[in-house]
Amino acid sequence: MRHSCMLLLCWQSDISGAPNTPGLSQYDIYNLVICCSQARIFNETPINPRRCLHILTKIIYLLNQGEHFGTTEATEAFFAMTRLFQSNDQTLRRMCYLTIKEMANISEDVIIVTSSLTKDMTGKEDVYRGPAIRALCRITDTTMLQAIERYMKQAIVDKVPSVSSSALVSSLHMVRMSYDVVKRWVNEAQEAASSDNIMVQYHALGLLYHLRKNDRLAVSKMLNKFTKSGLKSPFAYCMLIRIASRLLEETEGGHDSPLFDFIESCLRNKHEMVVYEAASAIVHMPNCTARELAPAVSVLQLFCSSPKAALRYAAVRTLNKVAMKHPSAVTACNLDLENLITDSNRSIATLAITTLLKTGSESSVDRLMKQISSFVSEISDEFKVVVVQAISALCQKYPRKHSVMMNFLSNMLRDDGGFEYKRAIVDCIISIIEENPESKETGLAHLCEFIEDCEHTVLATKILHLLGREGPRTPSPSKYIRFIFNRVVLESEAVRAAAVSALAKFGAQNDDLLPSVLVLMQRCMMDSDDEVRDRATFYMNVLQQKQKALNAAYIFNGLSVSVPGLEKSLHQYTLEPSEKPFDMKTVPLATTTVSEQKTELAPVASSKLPEKLAPSRQDIYQEQLAAIPEFQGLGPLFKSSEPVQLTEAETEYVVRCIKHTFASHMVFQFDCTNTLNDQLLQKVVVQMEPSEAYEIVQYVPAASLPYSQPGSCYSLVRLPEDDPTAVSCTFSCTMKYLVRDCDPNTGEPDDDGYDDEYVLEDLEVTVADHIQKVLKPNFAAAWEEVGDEFEKEETFALASVRTLEEAVNNIVSFLGMQPCERSDKVPENKNSHILFLAGKALRLFVWASCNIVICVMP
Amino acid sequence: MDFMALEPSLYTVKAVLILDNDGNRLLSKYYDTELYPSIKEQKNFEKSVFNKSHKADNEIAFLEGLTIVYKSSVDLFFYVVGSAQENELMLMMVLNCLFDTLSQILRKNVEKRYLLDNLDGVYLVVDEIIDGGIILESDPQQVIQKVNYRVLQSAKEQIKWSILK
Repeated sequence: MRHSCMLLLCWQSDISGAPNTPGLSQYDIYNLVICCSQARIFNETPINPRRCLHILTKIIYLLNQGEHFGTTEATEAFFAMTRLFQSNDQTLRRMCYLTIKEMANISEDVIIVTSSLTKDMTGKEDVYRGPAIRALCRITDTTMLQAIERYMKQAIVDKVPSVSSSALVSSLHMVRMSYDVVKRWVNEAQEAASSDNIMVQYHALGLLYHLRKNDRLAVSKMLNKFTKSGLKSPFAYCMLIRIASRLLEETEGGHDSPLFDFIESCLRNKHEMVVYEAASAIVHMPNCTARELAPAVSVLQLFCSSPKAALRYAAVRTLNKVAMKHPSAVTACNLDLENLITDSNRSIATLAITTLLKTGSESSVDRLMKQISSFVSEISDEFKVVVVQAISALCQKYPRKHSVMMNFLSNMLRDDGGFEYKRAIVDCIISIIEENPESKETGLAHLCEFIEDCEHTVLATKILHLLGREGPRTPSPSKYIRFIFNRVVLESEAVRAAAVSALAKFGAQNDDLLPSVLVLMQRCMMDSDDEVRDRATFYMNVLQQKQKALNAAYIFNGLSVSVPGLEKSLHQYTLEPSEKPFDMKTVPLATTTVSEQKTELAPVASSKLPEKLAPSRQDIYQEQLAAIPEFQGLGPLFKSSEPVQLTEAETEYVVRCIKHTFASHMVFQFDCTNTLNDQLLQKVVVQMEPSEAYEIVQYVPAASLPYSQPGSCYSLVRLPEDDPTAVSCTFSCTMKYLVRDCDPNTGEPDDDGYDDEYVLEDLEVTVADHIQKVLKPNFAAAWEEVGDEFEKEETFALASVRTLEEAVNNIVSFLGMQPCERSDKVPENKNSHILFLAGKALRLFVWASCNIVICVMP
Repeated sequence: MDFMALEPSLYTVKAVLILDNDGNRLLSKYYDTELYPSIKEQKNFEKSVFNKSHKADNEIAFLEGLTIVYKSSVDLFFYVVGSAQENELMLMMVLNCLFDTLSQILRKNVEKRYLLDNLDGVYLVVDEIIDGGIILESDPQQVIQKVNYRVLQSAKEQIKWSILK
């Protein structure tokens, strides 16, 4: 069969457009088309191994460089290559296998080589068998797999280690495609695991784990067997340590279990790799005591002085993690860590310094900061973020050092760096400002300097927003106006709009600045962008009214409703034509966002997905409840409580309740889980007996609760209308259901069942369930807005409370309102404290200013 | 708040790279298909890795959420890439195996010229050490035996060796 690639000889020019750096390699001058044409050499007899090898190598090289092979050319070259199986040259045959693997995805009909590969796989030449298996499995599909199944099983238990390893590794690759078939080979894998060869042990273990990982009992048994039998392979040990840690974590096993003892014993293994794996596993276990950590830490300490950079790096990275939760455990290593500060590998030096910052004393902070600043420009962005996070934690620990930190951070801000890095610094500065009022002016000054030359819109707008909020309250607010107004003149639309909003806040809060702000605002009304002009006109008109109430509502405290909820309500409104104007009160409130936890992870990969605006928990519940027909017409969801457990931890049925408050009803959602595998529950309902005048309207049962699949049932309750003070109530709850016994193994239920009931704990409905937290950034303005006529004053004695902090916490949780202006933080050594709270009860906003005083009883 | 440890798995290596001293790719195998799916992303990654590593011969680096161990010789750079939570010593074993095997096969001349002359041998070596991201073999002697490769020798060299024998 003559090769039809002759025609392609005409195409000498580089048509693929791949960049060819001059002088790169002798392969440069070729492209795949030419190689393809040269492939006709494969048809010559006798086969010239050297030349054929050269062409195959070129093909693989060019594919690796990113050259594109058209399907027809690829298929033709592939077919030509099959002729090369006639040669007995070992290297040529091996390269054929490689080519098959490389071209498996781009060529058609690759399965024609199956018979040749099967022959090699079961042939006499051991050197071909392993690679042939791996190539075969690369091109196999589900139907073919069954055909070669018995060869695979034989190969797995073959005495030649490379054959066994190849078969095991290929089986693991194929699990994704055909789990059921590969699962049948588990016995062979088990046999292979008792091989003497260290790699075969490792591969067998890996395959066995993967096949059994959903069955915790089987994994446990397997671990037991292998940890006792004493494997030789260090790789296998590492795998066992990981499996053991996983198991410990899943079963929440205590640290006196044999699994933990096994991991701990690996600290004394003779391979460094295993020792490190064990130390790392122990360090990452949740709930480790300092005593349990000690042997791991001392091993890591030894590694710190190793001549191998990889070992030092691994050790210091792990010690860094330990220092996050158990700084005292690491202090023993401080001397070794200090030695690493001058390590030539900058990553190691950075990690050493950030670890020392966590464990060192306040006096060492200055010295360490100075050392870091000497090389911070050399380290990668990810490590710069690590340093910033360490500084952030340090600021919380040593608030007095804020000026040193702030200086350092502002220097870092001036240097080059990516967005994540700058954002981390800005966030750190903002958190210092928020925690530490003394640092506010310096911090704001640094941020102003930053936005003069900031290319990231997100950061600039964030800072402008902050300036608007905090600037007016500083002793001399006028100095910020210049910075802000410059942004209006110089920057992009989004930044200009943010600057206008910030300016308005200054005008609203400082009467002496108001005339200047109005002049500036007038200029902004001529801006080229719609948004900027709209905002300027709006604020101009509000400010000119000079009314505090208006300022508060429109300038200081923004939208208090949830944005996805608003969008939905507006959409609803446009669909149903109505005479009435749109009523904002029908939109559910925004749930206050949980403050960001400053998790200190090792540098994380930059996320590739764009961040979407996630619906809040409440929006999700709103949707779920709206889908239930019995709950149509209840109106918008006002508030959903946190889940309340109504059963103990290890009971037969686990039930928790979420209380949803509507305008005149409450819906109780009971999430039930049946933990008995020999029962099927049906028509599950939670019957409630109220202590007050609440009226049970309806129950919506859960149709069926099979073993370990959670389901929900609901109760609809009407709130008492005549007595608005009867807000709290206790319900005694009983779960009623139909039980059908079933076979634990198959899940088949009996035909008939019987009624049964299960008593749950009482459920409380309190004041807090009727109040939604609302965060108001400017409490004073909102308080003034309400006016005196709606003010009520009362004095209460809190008898059982000992400290101001306890009082604050109790009041916040009882009333269910949101603390404002960070007034939930009680400064030390005070006898009285004022707590500002804000909330919304159905249609009314409620503000509370609580003056808490400690009285000493005579 | 501890991060979840890696799911125990044999898939430990994400990529192996061999670059020349201008940062151009000579050989690269990416075993994690989700990591850098397109050629463009791969080449960008190789550029950043090279920029980070060729100035300071530091052995280990952290970049783009990945741990990278590397070694250089004359005009070549060898890299083994794993995830951030991977055991660094395991990655070092792979790197050392690769380097020592090539060192023996190329008769200690681990440089670009000889690498390209014996590129088929290099492909076979890499194939015997890692398969699809799983470490297949870690002992250089075993790899050499399995690959069983004889270096291309020029006529002059062949005469020289036969006389010296």
